[in-house]
Amino acid sequence: MVSATATATNGNGHENGVGDGVVIDCRIENLYYGDFHAVRDTHVPIRKGTITAFIGPSGCGKSTALRCVNRMNDLVRGFRFSGHVHFRGQDIYGRSIDPVAVRRSIGMVFQQPNPFAMSIYRNVAFGLRLNRFKGDVDEQVERALRGAALWDEVKDKLSASGLSLSGGQQQRLCIARAIATEPEVLLMDEPCSALDPIATRRIEELMLELKERFTIAIVTHNLQQAARVADWTGFMMVDTSRGGRTGYLVEFEETKKLFDEPAEDLTREYLQGEFS
Amino acid sequence: MSSAPPRAVTISRPPSAREIFVNRAFRGLTHVFAWATIVLLAYILFEIGSLAVPAMNEYGADFVTGTTWDANREEFGVLPEIMGTLYTSLIALVIGGALGVAVAIVLSQGFLPPVLEHLMKNIVELLAAIPSVVYGLWGIFVVIPTVRGPAEWLHEHLGFLPFFDTRLSGPGILPASLVLSIMVLPTVAAISREAMVAVPHKLREAAFGLGATRWETILGVVLPTASAGIFGAVVLAFGRALGETMALAMLVGNANVFGWSLFSPGNTLASLLANHFPEAGRVEVGALMYAALVLTAITLIVNVIGSLIMIRASSKMQGLR
Repeated sequence: MVSATATATNGNGHENGVGDGVVIDCRIENLYYGDFHAVRDTHVPIRKGTITAFIGPSGCGKSTALRCVNRMNDLVRGFRFSGHVHFRGQDIYGRSIDPVAVRRSIGMVFQQPNPFAMSIYRNVAFGLRLNRFKGDVDEQVERALRGAALWDEVKDKLSASGLSLSGGQQQRLCIARAIATEPEVLLMDEPCSALDPIATRRIEELMLELKERFTIAIVTHNLQQAARVADWTGFMMVDTSRGGRTGYLVEFEETKKLFDEPAEDLTREYLQGEFS
Repeated sequence: MSSAPPRAVTISRPPSAREIFVNRAFRGLTHVFAWATIVLLAYILFEIGSLAVPAMNEYGADFVTGTTWDANREEFGVLPEIMGTLYTSLIALVIGGALGVAVAIVLSQGFLPPVLEHLMKNIVELLAAIPSVVYGLWGIFVVIPTVRGPAEWLHEHLGFLPFFDTRLSGPGILPASLVLSIMVLPTVAAISREAMVAVPHKLREAAFGLGATRWETILGVVLPTASAGIFGAVVLAFGRALGETMALAMLVGNANVFGWSLFSPGNTLASLLANHFPEAGRVEVGALMYAALVLTAITLIVNVIGSLIMIRASSKMQGLR
């Protein structure tokens, strides 16, 4: 097996790809939780109207990298970050930027479906209330639920608890909740890992519909999922050479190219299932 | 089984007769102890009830609506005490409940480093370890002198309100309620903190992910999700406040009247019992037993309601896991 350190993180072309249509330019130089060096040297441009996937073995920092994009990591004690995340012409890690404001423009869907213990309607309206939405809440809730392909299943029971839904429905409810405020970008952290294959397939179809309206970045441990839905894919790996477990980006490419002819040996070995 | 390959040694064996006996005996013993507590409760209720029977026959429902307590004329009524008990407990609950929930929020929502949070939590729970009589003394020597100034001011400027229409008499409803609120605070804080800690982290994460501030997350998600547990905590604290005796006997003023003024003296069922038993004759003891039964009934009902709410709260949480 190729030594992790021997593999350069650069030189696979993605540096040059930055530019047109990039909504978020995420460059993580170093990321620490306390003393733990979690991620280094990861540069991922996220392009408008596409799905960008992060793949890699467990513990490679792909979720951590995704959570940098809406500053969710700020909630973790001891989080330190160097690098930048450019969004709307600003570094969201800039001094004057409020992480709360960042999260209002960049939605997130989590690994475990996490609807609030309140009605379906209030779940979807939650973000609208936070943003003091003045328009027609009913209409926007319906629009979000339709967008999440859940409307037909719940339109007659909007006052039922969000927890009364099945796992797949709950996850689509969470997607509806996230898109209700029309965020520009939607982050999805292994959104299907708690779901059965049929529910997974529905979410995947949904992602393909949603990418027209929302730029999507997804973390997945399912290679086929990345191959099916993503336009761009970043492969991350763990570097254990210095005694730690530091994740870094091995290769970032258009999905088809990454899967068919990866530039790095490490990527090919991973895709062929030689390690996980 | 003849086809099975022969084995040299087998390690597994069935439990011996002795092990089975110990197992059964242990199970039987735990049953006995568990039921013993229930039998004890029933026995206490029965004893108080049977001692109260003569007074119950004598005074009937008038006992609960009567307003005089005069052992010489053998006239007994506990309405002022019932009102005083509920009034002081409710005021204590409003103050202690608000403080307790606030403490629970600070000690459960990551405002403090974990070590400090743990330390503070234990200190708050230590409030429950202070003996009631010490609270009473603190009330007499600290709370009453402290509230005297503000009480005078309130009486002078807002005396038209029924809550302030008498002068502070020294011991009375207000000092009793204030001390009682500190006494119920640890119950409210500890149980509602448990309820808040039980709110799954993923829900807070969801709220933060939507761009909620910390307060929006707490008010919009954590408190509603934990609401049943918090409400149960408040009801259980109410049950404690109703039965609290020593501090109230020292602070409430022991006047068999009830007024809405916070500054007037009053009485509660528990302090009535504490103050009158030592010198009570046979007839008065019967009446006091009746009063004890009334107090026990009120406290039991409140506690049962509180426990039912807690059960409902935990079953509601189950759907979130």
